[in-house]
Amino acid sequence: MTEMKQPIIQIRNVSKRFGKVTAVDNISLDIRAGEFFVLLGPSGCGKTTLLRMIAGFELPTEGQILIDGQDMSLVPPNKRPVNMVFQSYAVFPHMNVTDNVGYGLRISGVPKGEIRDRVAEALELVKLGGFEDRMPDQMSGGQRQRVALARSLVMRPKVLLLDEPLSALDAKLRAQMQFELADLQDKVGITFVTVTHDQDEALSMASRVAVINKGEVAQLAPPSDLYEYPANRFVADFVGSVNIFEGTLTLDEPDKAAVECPGLGKVYLNHGVTGPHGANVWIALRPEKIYLHVPGEGKAVRAAAQDAPDGHNFARGTIKGMSYLGDITLYEIQLEGGQIIRVSRPNLSRHDQEDFTWDDKVSMHWRADSPVVLLS
Amino acid sequence: MFNRTAIAPLEYTRKLWMRSWVGLTMLFLYAPLIVLMIFSFNDSKRNVVWKGFTLKYYEKALNNDSLVEAMANSLTIAFFATIISLVIGTLAAVMLWRFRFPLKGLVEGTMSLPIIVPEICLGVAFLIFFAKIDWPTDLPWPLNLSAIIIAHITFCFPFVAMVVRARLASFNKEEEEAAKDLGATEWQAFRDVLLPHIKPSLVAGALLAFTLSLDDFVITFFTSGPDTITFPVKVYSMVRFSVTPEVNAASTILIILTVALTFIALKYQGVKGISDAH
Repeated sequence: MTEMKQPIIQIRNVSKRFGKVTAVDNISLDIRAGEFFVLLGPSGCGKTTLLRMIAGFELPTEGQILIDGQDMSLVPPNKRPVNMVFQSYAVFPHMNVTDNVGYGLRISGVPKGEIRDRVAEALELVKLGGFEDRMPDQMSGGQRQRVALARSLVMRPKVLLLDEPLSALDAKLRAQMQFELADLQDKVGITFVTVTHDQDEALSMASRVAVINKGEVAQLAPPSDLYEYPANRFVADFVGSVNIFEGTLTLDEPDKAAVECPGLGKVYLNHGVTGPHGANVWIALRPEKIYLHVPGEGKAVRAAAQDAPDGHNFARGTIKGMSYLGDITLYEIQLEGGQIIRVSRPNLSRHDQEDFTWDDKVSMHWRADSPVVLLS
Repeated sequence: MFNRTAIAPLEYTRKLWMRSWVGLTMLFLYAPLIVLMIFSFNDSKRNVVWKGFTLKYYEKALNNDSLVEAMANSLTIAFFATIISLVIGTLAAVMLWRFRFPLKGLVEGTMSLPIIVPEICLGVAFLIFFAKIDWPTDLPWPLNLSAIIIAHITFCFPFVAMVVRARLASFNKEEEEAAKDLGATEWQAFRDVLLPHIKPSLVAGALLAFTLSLDDFVITFFTSGPDTITFPVKVYSMVRFSVTPEVNAASTILIILTVALTFIALKYQGVKGISDAH
């Protein structure tokens, strides 16, 4: 069904160069109507440039952007069916909340009565009822952001663009706004396109995420795929925390595969990877997917042996660093080969963090479906 | 007396030496003006000894047709010079703030040249310039003031541009983009977002331009003809004979006029707004 519908935004081979610098390098992607789409990437990766090209503040050097099937090449920002919430919120400081939110409707000549109703409705939507006469300098950052949101939503755009919407908020408020934004998007049914460098934000809000690196799409996938099935080392490393080991593919069959990593040992997977035999590959192993065992390796070996052949998915090391984070404890463990591996362990009881300490010899195991093989 | 709190290290306003210093500074700045204003009420032909209170010199000043005409000329010149400087200065500031173009530094430097060049040089330059291009001097009022107005604009608009430019530096460009994003045209975005932001600097710039134009002597002296005497030039010619209370009276009127104007501007814009503009 959804495949039948035309994407609301089509980005076709878009490049943007500023002089010699290529900000966006031949990106093509479709954004579907009604989805919460997130452009994720480190600062300077070109994600904001891409967003500004959708809004019309930058023109592509090459390529085409279509919104609702219409080519936007010659359409100025004020004629595009999209609205933007700016990073600084850009609330007009000399207008009160009502005038701010009603600005777009006022200049497009909407009758006064309708403006009043729609502004009230929009303020209700962002939970700013009762703030009508406030001036922006009498409001907190979070409230100003709601004004910016209402000011855009009141225009009933086809797409709402958000530039780093949560970066200026404190941690607690950010967590709350993540839920509220997702909720709001659900309620109004408008397509949201958000730019962020914060992977937590992307994972918690998005229906799909495009990870951008150096102006190119590194991976386009739903949040859980991004985390569990990263396409390459950049994505694996950028989204979440990860241990990466270089190795050689020694076994590759439809239902199993093995990789020999000089730094880590033999890694066994319960699925095929379809890579050339003997190829140079990388193993990505998330810290929370590694089990830690008290000195004496019997238990670890037995646990590993449950779903892998002997001598696989097992490693020994010495604890070199620890940080207690409350819900989990993070360990930095030096493997026998000298490399450092990071392991996180949930504190299931109040004394769990006392099980291990600095310079303890420990053993580790992981399950056969935990490691990811990366070809690039 | 006993429950007074101790003076904290940074509470300079409560220290006696600080207060006296401020008082002395004020006295130094304003005593001459106050003396001038007091002596405008002096009932004496010579402006040396106090002989008694009178308003007759105000009457005399207001009945002195050439003095009133000079005043009218000055106000007209200041009015037009301010308006045009405001437009040119704002445009120049916005251009320098928004665009990047070759030789921008040079344009910026050249623009503030009239502030730096000694007035006497500008005056002579204008004298030669207007004579060379045969600028008509026999035009009807107020067109006969055009040469002076042009000269005044030259040294007034850089001040406006400077003040507006400073204010623009604090403008968040995303606000303008937000306006356009919401459907505003270039002009609407300028009118609804940029203009309100620079308004305090426009008031400050206008005040600067108006007062600069109103009391300019040197440049005006070189560009004015026999029919286009301005107030400062007229006062100068009167003083050459003797300093009569009539001059004091006229000056007092001018002082009150500018103070009132500044007061209205401050009242309308708020002191903070204007000081923010700098």
